[in-house]
Amino acid sequence: MLDSRVPVGPLAEKWSKHKFNMKLVNPANKRKFTIIVVGTGLAGASAAASLAELGYNVKTFCYQDSPRRAHSIAAQGGINAAKNYQNDGDSVYRLFYDTIKGGDYRAREANVYRLAEVSVDIIDQCVAQGVPFAREYGGLLDNRSFGGAQVSRTFYARGQTGQQLLLGAYSALNRQIKKGKVESYTRHEMLDLVKIDGHARGIVTRDMVTGKIETHAGHAVLLCTGGYGNVFFLSTNAMGCNVTAAWRAHKRGAYFANPCYTQIHPTCIPVTGDHQSKLTLMSESLRNDGRVWVPKTVELSQKLQKGELKPSDIKEDDRDYFLERKYPSFGNLVPRDVASRNAKEVVDEGRGVGKTGVAVFLDFKDAIARLGEDLVRAKYGNLFDMYYQITDENPYKQPMRIYPAVHYTMGGVWVDYNLMTTVPGLYALGECNFSDHGANRLGASALMQGLSDGYFVIPYTVGDYLANLGSFAPVDASNPAFEETRLQVEQNVNKLLSMRGSKTVDDIHKKLGHIMWEYCGMARTAEGLTKAKGLIQDLKKEFWSDVCVLGENEELNMSLEKAGRVADFIELGELMVDDALNRNESCGGHFRLESQTEEGEAKRNDEEYAYVSAWEFKGENHAEQLHKEELVFENVKLTQRSYK
Amino acid sequence: MSGQMNLTLKVWRQKKENQKGQFVTYKANNISDDMSFLEMLDVVNEEITRKGEDPIYFDHDCREGICGMCSLVINGRPHGPKYGTTTCQLHMRSFHDGQTIVIEPWRAAAFPVLKDLAVDRTAFDRIQQAGGYVNVNTGGVPDANTIPIPKRIADEAFESATCIGCGACVAACKNASAMLFVSAKVSQFALLPQGQTERYERAQAMVDQMDAEGFGNCTNTGACEAECPVGIKLTNIARLNREYFTAKLFRQEDIHN
Amino acid sequence: MSKSKPILTSSLGRKLVMSLTGLFLCSFLVIHLIGNFQLFANDEGYAFNNYAYFMTHFAPIKVVSYLLYASIVIHAVYALILTIQNKKARPVQYNQYDGKSNSAWNSRNMGILGTVLLVFIATHMQNFWWKYHNDQVPYIEYTKDLNTGTITSRELSASEFTDYLVTTDNGQEVTKARDLYKQVDFTFQNVGLVILYVVAMFALAFHLIHGFQSAFQTVGFNHRRYIGIIRFIGVWVFGVLIPIGFAAMPLYFYFIK
Repeated sequence: MLDSRVPVGPLAEKWSKHKFNMKLVNPANKRKFTIIVVGTGLAGASAAASLAELGYNVKTFCYQDSPRRAHSIAAQGGINAAKNYQNDGDSVYRLFYDTIKGGDYRAREANVYRLAEVSVDIIDQCVAQGVPFAREYGGLLDNRSFGGAQVSRTFYARGQTGQQLLLGAYSALNRQIKKGKVESYTRHEMLDLVKIDGHARGIVTRDMVTGKIETHAGHAVLLCTGGYGNVFFLSTNAMGCNVTAAWRAHKRGAYFANPCYTQIHPTCIPVTGDHQSKLTLMSESLRNDGRVWVPKTVELSQKLQKGELKPSDIKEDDRDYFLERKYPSFGNLVPRDVASRNAKEVVDEGRGVGKTGVAVFLDFKDAIARLGEDLVRAKYGNLFDMYYQITDENPYKQPMRIYPAVHYTMGGVWVDYNLMTTVPGLYALGECNFSDHGANRLGASALMQGLSDGYFVIPYTVGDYLANLGSFAPVDASNPAFEETRLQVEQNVNKLLSMRGSKTVDDIHKKLGHIMWEYCGMARTAEGLTKAKGLIQDLKKEFWSDVCVLGENEELNMSLEKAGRVADFIELGELMVDDALNRNESCGGHFRLESQTEEGEAKRNDEEYAYVSAWEFKGENHAEQLHKEELVFENVKLTQRSYK
Repeated sequence: MSGQMNLTLKVWRQKKENQKGQFVTYKANNISDDMSFLEMLDVVNEEITRKGEDPIYFDHDCREGICGMCSLVINGRPHGPKYGTTTCQLHMRSFHDGQTIVIEPWRAAAFPVLKDLAVDRTAFDRIQQAGGYVNVNTGGVPDANTIPIPKRIADEAFESATCIGCGACVAACKNASAMLFVSAKVSQFALLPQGQTERYERAQAMVDQMDAEGFGNCTNTGACEAECPVGIKLTNIARLNREYFTAKLFRQEDIHN
Repeated sequence: MSKSKPILTSSLGRKLVMSLTGLFLCSFLVIHLIGNFQLFANDEGYAFNNYAYFMTHFAPIKVVSYLLYASIVIHAVYALILTIQNKKARPVQYNQYDGKSNSAWNSRNMGILGTVLLVFIATHMQNFWWKYHNDQVPYIEYTKDLNTGTITSRELSASEFTDYLVTTDNGQEVTKARDLYKQVDFTFQNVGLVILYVVAMFALAFHLIHGFQSAFQTVGFNHRRYIGIIRFIGVWVFGVLIPIGFAAMPLYFYFIK
């Protein structure tokens, strides 16, 4: 049984009491410790800056050319906080409750409550840094309701909230770099974790410019490396987002939790062809005014696909507004997973639209008629422009085409209440860990979690670990564990570089993506997952026998970078399938066709599956071992979601 | 609407920072106009790889126009022939069948080429490190609503803060000047109340670092503004000038470390 | 605490020098043009030659004139320093550089325009300033009837001229002066010089269309409230009226006189 180290006591007092009970490191001793932070997105940059402010020595690593480019930057909508500035009934408890419920009761209560509790501090902190949030004419902060929430608790900076928050954290990081408290390593990729006596004591990195395989020693290692959505090849993640750091840590003993929980976002711009490299998300606020439809018949759809008919040629009677039809009370505003799954359903029936037939319409005709084009432009102008730029279709004149895409992964490295993984001294923050969103994440909560972990949780909890070490001695960089791990990494790199097969890395990655999307995407079955497992195992063999990795180590080497990442994605893919197969229930982003209500909605099985699945790596080509962390709900009552 | 085209690419290839580079010509065939420019390069790279040659290295990451990593000079223009867009958001329908496309890296002494089309932009980070922040520690800050900021000011600060740090301003400027980049950050904090306490130190520290990095001088040609993918305005540069001269001529000269 | 770099060693400081000297030279152009309009007076150069004496002998104006010479030299020297720095900031040029898509030709070629102007100023000073100050111009004596205002004149030989002298006797004012007017007339019979002058005024026009508003931008004046006025004056006064006014002089003497 996994110990989540959740403190005892009433929910609302857990964090305060825990903060008091944790040991502190004397200010004079803090400078004797070195902390390694991998990844410089919201979680990484905020953690690195806050720890350096406390006096720790920090080393940060990112694969991009600058910490500012981490993919947190692309978040559009906003960040939630229980400030109740709008006097509309919000509270820490309500944010906690909404998040637990939104996560389909698969998150840990204590973590979620803490998240809601510190959410208010995040906004204060960001404003103090000079983050230019949207404001009212009176000069106070503006809020909006987001993702179907019943209160307005989302703070935003136009459609670029992630960018502004990340630049705030980046500026705090820069301040510490200038002070010499943070050493920043850019274009460096973490390729392994170094453990001494069971504790995380350093990492092995590859300098992506010179190819140098280096070791870095520290008293604690923080993984802030984001999610693994790119296992699907096509996702809204950045091209470089990868699971490698987390996966290598997993192979060194960190359990991986709930890998099958992936969030698929309904309003993305559809794929145009095989050349497609990534998908672009449009804010789900579009569903506030847009109406989702496809033709009622396959014949009409085929005519649309061939271009014989235009969308405007389809008569009102021949249109199926399927979300409004099936969910009369929520209509087009049903949660992300429901909207996504229904789009897939109609496309599978052959009623999809667009050249590829893999899309549904999001129509603003009625909204334009009701509100006027100017008001629609004021509300959604930037999204419409983006759509126009990418598709060359004018959404004011014809309906948008949308289709779901992989967007966020709720699963990740298992952590306890202190954000520590099963490897002592190794922590996971932000999207990299599994902790706060359960089986489904609410809109505007990802930014909140990244910053909460980095600014307000880790500075306390890492101190407790360090204070308990009982020694201030620097990590012995001459310990043979460093050289051993470095050599293993070097061997792995050389092995990849010796591959001269006929498939490019992208060939394999695309195949993996197709398998995952087909069998471990929006709807999953035991049969499909079993098939996928075989396909992935074959793909792994194909990779290690027929992939082609060109160039040498001592240069910027795109093939090599990608190859290492895809090798890890393949292994992760298999674990995702295992996890999805194990979880024979539907919850949040995980929909098993075997487990649905009569009306075709997701059906949870709380008796058997109210647990976190945490997987332990047992060696190459060995099945991973499942550990369960039972989820105890002392404060909320488990209910079935309904949007009828 | 969706056509296929065949293109000739002249691409700058350079193995390492201090090695000589040259243009190499590639054919890009059967390119769909739905592709983004970088997807076109992906297609070319897949072909190159299949031939056993080293693929073209270029920087890119988010591919949705916000991370600022992509950086190509296409036919003499940073981020290509369209205004107000990044290379990753540029689509092939902006080109025509049979066209020759010249692709070069950003060119500036402060942005050395690392490989092929990728340059080292850490100079930008060092400028930010010199003063692009408000000195506040985590925790202990006042409630967010204790400082009202007029919407007009907040909006203007936001406009300046949207800089994605791609460096197209430097690439476009005939003098390789970084003024637009520096002025955007200085402006954000010069406008907001949070930035007032260190306002003049910041302008000086960031300008000092900008000069030390070897960027050229601003001659107000406006090329940076025209090519900026997110529309950062020249008024920011005027504001930086004001901040700097006010600091130098009317305020304290010291910079805190 | 540490000191920021001294203002004149910074890129912005040097630009400030360019801006202030440039604006000072602009103000001179206005005075110079207004004064020289006396060339068009139908008085055989009476007013112009008196004005020439005043401008070269009135002490405060002499001081200003030295400031002016210094400004020209400083403007040119700083331009050279900045240009050298700018070239260094981009050691490897683009194979293709599509400057016209993002900036005006004149804004990118201020150095060339400035060089044309420098050559022109040297020729201009040699033709008039040097000759005037070194007794290489003809002499003239005006007799003005103070009652009727009629002016008659006769050329003086070098032996008849000692110094500028005005005597009044019996309602007749007699002025002996260096005849710069004649020198102007003489100079502008040379078609080569006329062409040089007209070309130089084109250069001046393009230099100032960019330079005037650029100078304001550099000192930090760029606000939507008045930027329109600055641009208007830059284009219409300094880019059109003043160059046309100056160019009219050689053309007048060559074609009409």
